[in-house]
Amino acid sequence: QHPVGEVTRKHMAVRNILPCYIFGGRIKVLSRNPDDYVRETKLDIQRVPRNYDPSLHPFEVPREYTRALNATKLERVFAKPFLASLDGHRDGVNCMAKHPKSLSTMLSGSCDGEVVWNLTKRECVRTLQAHEGFVRGMVVRFCGTSFFTVGDDKTIKQWKMETPSYGEEEEPLNTILGKSVFTSIDHHQKEGVFVTCGQQVDIWDEQRSSPIRSFSWGVDSFSCVRFNPVETELLASCASDRSIVLYDMREATPLKKVIMNMRSNTLCWNPMEAYNFTCSNEDYNLYTYDMRYLDKPFTVHMDHVSAVLDVDYSPTGKEFVSASFDKTIRIFPKDSGHSREVYHTKRMQHVISIKWSSDNKYILSASDEMNIRLWKANAAEKLGLLAPREKAAVNYSQKLKEKFQHHPQIRRISRHRHLPKSIYGQSKELRVMKEARRRKERNVRKHSKPGSMPVVTEKEKHVVTVVN
Amino acid sequence: MRVKWTNVEPCCVFCLIQGGSDDERKHCKLLEAISSLGGKKREVAFEKTSKEVSRWQSVVLQNQKAEQLVFPLNQEPSGPKRIEQVVAGWKAQTPLEQEIFSLLRMNKQPLHDPVLTPTEEASLRAMSLEEAKIRRAELQKTRVLQSYYEAKAKRGKRIKSKKYHRIQKKVMRKEYLKQFDEMVKTDPAAALEELKKMELSRMKERMSLKHQNSGKWAKSKAIMAKYDDGARKAMQKQLEVNKDLTQKLVIPADEDEEDEEESAETLPDFVNDVEPILDQVNPWMRGKLSTEPMMEESNRLHPPVWPREVGKPGEGRDDQEEDEEQMEETEEESLLRGFEERRKLRQTEDAVEISDDEEALEVSDDEEAGLSNFTSLFHGLVNHMEPPADQPKAGPGLGQGESPALLEEGLVRVRTLEDVELLSQDISASDTALLTTRDLGTEETDTQSATQQADKKRKKMIDPNEVLTKEAKVIEMPLAPTAVEDVEDKEEQRVIIKEAFAGDDVISDFLKDKRKQEEAGRPKVIDLTLPGWGEWGGLGLQPSRSKRKRFRVKVAPPPPRQDQKLPNIIIAEKRDSSIAAHQVCQLPFPFENPIQFERTIRSPVGRTWNTQNTVQKITAPKVVTQLGAIIEPIAREDLIKDIRQAVTGPSINLESDQGPQKKRRSQQKKKHKRKKN
Repeated sequence: QHPVGEVTRKHMAVRNILPCYIFGGRIKVLSRNPDDYVRETKLDIQRVPRNYDPSLHPFEVPREYTRALNATKLERVFAKPFLASLDGHRDGVNCMAKHPKSLSTMLSGSCDGEVVWNLTKRECVRTLQAHEGFVRGMVVRFCGTSFFTVGDDKTIKQWKMETPSYGEEEEPLNTILGKSVFTSIDHHQKEGVFVTCGQQVDIWDEQRSSPIRSFSWGVDSFSCVRFNPVETELLASCASDRSIVLYDMREATPLKKVIMNMRSNTLCWNPMEAYNFTCSNEDYNLYTYDMRYLDKPFTVHMDHVSAVLDVDYSPTGKEFVSASFDKTIRIFPKDSGHSREVYHTKRMQHVISIKWSSDNKYILSASDEMNIRLWKANAAEKLGLLAPREKAAVNYSQKLKEKFQHHPQIRRISRHRHLPKSIYGQSKELRVMKEARRRKERNVRKHSKPGSMPVVTEKEKHVVTVVN
Repeated sequence: MRVKWTNVEPCCVFCLIQGGSDDERKHCKLLEAISSLGGKKREVAFEKTSKEVSRWQSVVLQNQKAEQLVFPLNQEPSGPKRIEQVVAGWKAQTPLEQEIFSLLRMNKQPLHDPVLTPTEEASLRAMSLEEAKIRRAELQKTRVLQSYYEAKAKRGKRIKSKKYHRIQKKVMRKEYLKQFDEMVKTDPAAALEELKKMELSRMKERMSLKHQNSGKWAKSKAIMAKYDDGARKAMQKQLEVNKDLTQKLVIPADEDEEDEEESAETLPDFVNDVEPILDQVNPWMRGKLSTEPMMEESNRLHPPVWPREVGKPGEGRDDQEEDEEQMEETEEESLLRGFEERRKLRQTEDAVEISDDEEALEVSDDEEAGLSNFTSLFHGLVNHMEPPADQPKAGPGLGQGESPALLEEGLVRVRTLEDVELLSQDISASDTALLTTRDLGTEETDTQSATQQADKKRKKMIDPNEVLTKEAKVIEMPLAPTAVEDVEDKEEQRVIIKEAFAGDDVISDFLKDKRKQEEAGRPKVIDLTLPGWGEWGGLGLQPSRSKRKRFRVKVAPPPPRQDQKLPNIIIAEKRDSSIAAHQVCQLPFPFENPIQFERTIRSPVGRTWNTQNTVQKITAPKVVTQLGAIIEPIAREDLIKDIRQAVTGPSINLESDQGPQKKRRSQQKKKHKRKKN
């Protein structure tokens, strides 16, 4: 019926099957649309048609489990957090400061002078003798053009960030003579106002030589004062009467005070959550408080085995890092009671100061033995640019690890950390002590009148009182 | 006044942990005394600042719940910039350019912002996108309702049934009267007007010959009335109607009115008002117009005293239907009225006249659906997300539910893959050891209990096997009188148990079960013969016996069952300790049941099972940072932006419907914080 050469509509609709006509007989030939498999340019990725039929890809859970296990193992193998050690100080490093505008610049103050570092080259850029004796605190002005230091010689000095040109003398821009030793300094986020603490908390205008406001509340010395980076008029300080005091720059009086069992050394505000701060305490713990509810911390972070000396938040506000007298650095998720990571090296002594770099990638620790160490914030992270496919692979393995994190083998591997023997022993000892105390308390409760020994939670245990 | 604290400095780490000594208490008292000096001022200041800081709560929560956070927070949008940003210092120099620019300026054409003209900007300022959308949806609804109403009215008009119209009129009248009663209370002046109208209609009724016995129908009925009961009744009814219509309205006495007024005073109106809904943005939630008719409707659906003439069942049904229709109508009307009123309100509020092309606003169903979707969603949100104001935990609680517990710190340093392998082996070994001990423990207890039971039985001089196979009658035998009470007790129990399991034979079931399990555990002979190999194959042809013999594989018998000699126990031997080391033994925290957990495990993530886009979506990291970018602390501008976003937040829901992926992830987000301490 079909004359040779006639192509019906029906045949046109079926694209893949092209009718061929050879001398009146008809043969169907398989043909595909080149658009489906030919790439447009040579630079494109090859088109790979895929069939996602689950029956063709069986054993998805076991296969992904294996991948997750491998990813976890590799993570542990590649976990090499230590990057560099900046040596050059001739005394223990007492304080550090981040540059607000440049990632590669960092300042450190030692017990005898101070140094400006270039991190990318890992070399000292500039050295200057700032104070006689300890440099107690230093902070870079928000614009990054100058920085302030306080020292044991009862002075506050302001310095230019630029290196003085040839022939120019290294001199501070400003020097303020105080009445007592200053122990810490912090600068306002946006205005030319800074705060120091020593015997009292003083707020200074950059243009004046006397404080514009002083706060004291029956305490004879403060160890640390910090501006809130978000609500920039708020301050918090740690005092030697084991208290943390809150201030508002606009008010004439301090706001509130919480007294804890032991002294807090330093504190740090969460840069993404205006009302949360974490303080590092002498009793080996860190406490995260909501400033509105000071009667108990909302998280107690335990793991250190000696006094915690410094704490700094990651710029994302999700984690913080703490430096301890037990010669380790620990990284805590902000709402977890235990650390996710512990860093230590053989030669690192008591870690005095710690900073999390403002690109969320590195951690800087300054310790007693005159060195500043540069660590990765994520131990197994690959540094530098990642190709998109590499990035996808990293994301995938991260997701897998997260998915299978509860499986015992994976958990075991991902949580294993090596610890020096002394710290290991100490932590064990502490655990035993804690257990003994808990047991004793339980027994006492068992043998006393019901209700006379109320259960005190771990959070409530550490706060003595809140004073208005 | 300075207080020395040196005496309270801790001498050792733990001496102050308790913090409950007398010294401490005195100290606290002293502190309080000191603080009371300037306490009030401080308290006020603290209240103020904490209130100020609390503004961040929503932002913080939002960030915690966010599926992905990209840092730095306020990045400039990538892509091409606008011309005037690029060439800021450019000036018209040539005369031609100047002429062009003067022309543009004269016509108020945008020079610096080429995207929008001043009028456009004004219109933008007058109404945001969300508002416009809501308004549009509202208009749509109005129009649709209007058209429905019109169509319905037309339909009703076209109905030829007289009965229908009669009934409808009746209903209308009733409604009218009701309204009138209301009006008497609320608006006497209007009521008076109405009264006049009614009076007029009454007069007309009296003047007309309607509903009297002079009509054609009435005459015929009058003739029929002698013989037909129905006709007589119809006549009477009509006369009644006439009476009703021509009756003078009785205005309620003044005293009553006063009484009512008084009662109204004692119970103010707003008590019965609908609760004000929190949302101010959504016009659908603002008014109470939709709720009132609803109430009326419900009243009508279940009227306390619903005067309805008893007629034929069919008529009754009609009546009901009519009522329902009417209800709908009234609802629609009230809705329409509500819209009108609101529009008027808004127009008075907004000084800026908004030019709204109603033709431009196209009618589309899905939009409305989206809106209703959004309202329901929003209701859900409001119900779910009542932020606990005085709970400090609420803030940081969300987010990382799955935070791992302790690091497992040890003295082993992991350097190579082999070390890692060893780690896992280590755990598996310990785990298996633990498991085996546990198993042994259970076994022991089992055997113990078994032996105990056996002993008991033996005391009663009964063989356990017999007990298990046969019914318990055997035990009812005389016992020594010394143990009478005991025996009685047991007897009682036995009787109770017997009664409880009267219907089913538990013991035989148990035995059957056990046998079945034994059967399942027994090795099976595997037949590997392939027909047709080495000989002829086909229909009806069996492989030769020798071949079958050769290819039958007998599996070695498993070790004897643990419960082999324990007749009343089944010990499950399914558990494979080699696999158990890899299995999750405890339900992880955020999950509520194993099924939920298994579902998350079962859904694959990788590219082998999912399309590219899905994989990208699933595996997107929670925190993204840009290489080499400084992340500044969150700024106050973000707060303002976020608050505005929170207010107009649901607009997102208007546009995008939730895909399954999103839903799943939002479910995962509902994890709560794990409390460690």
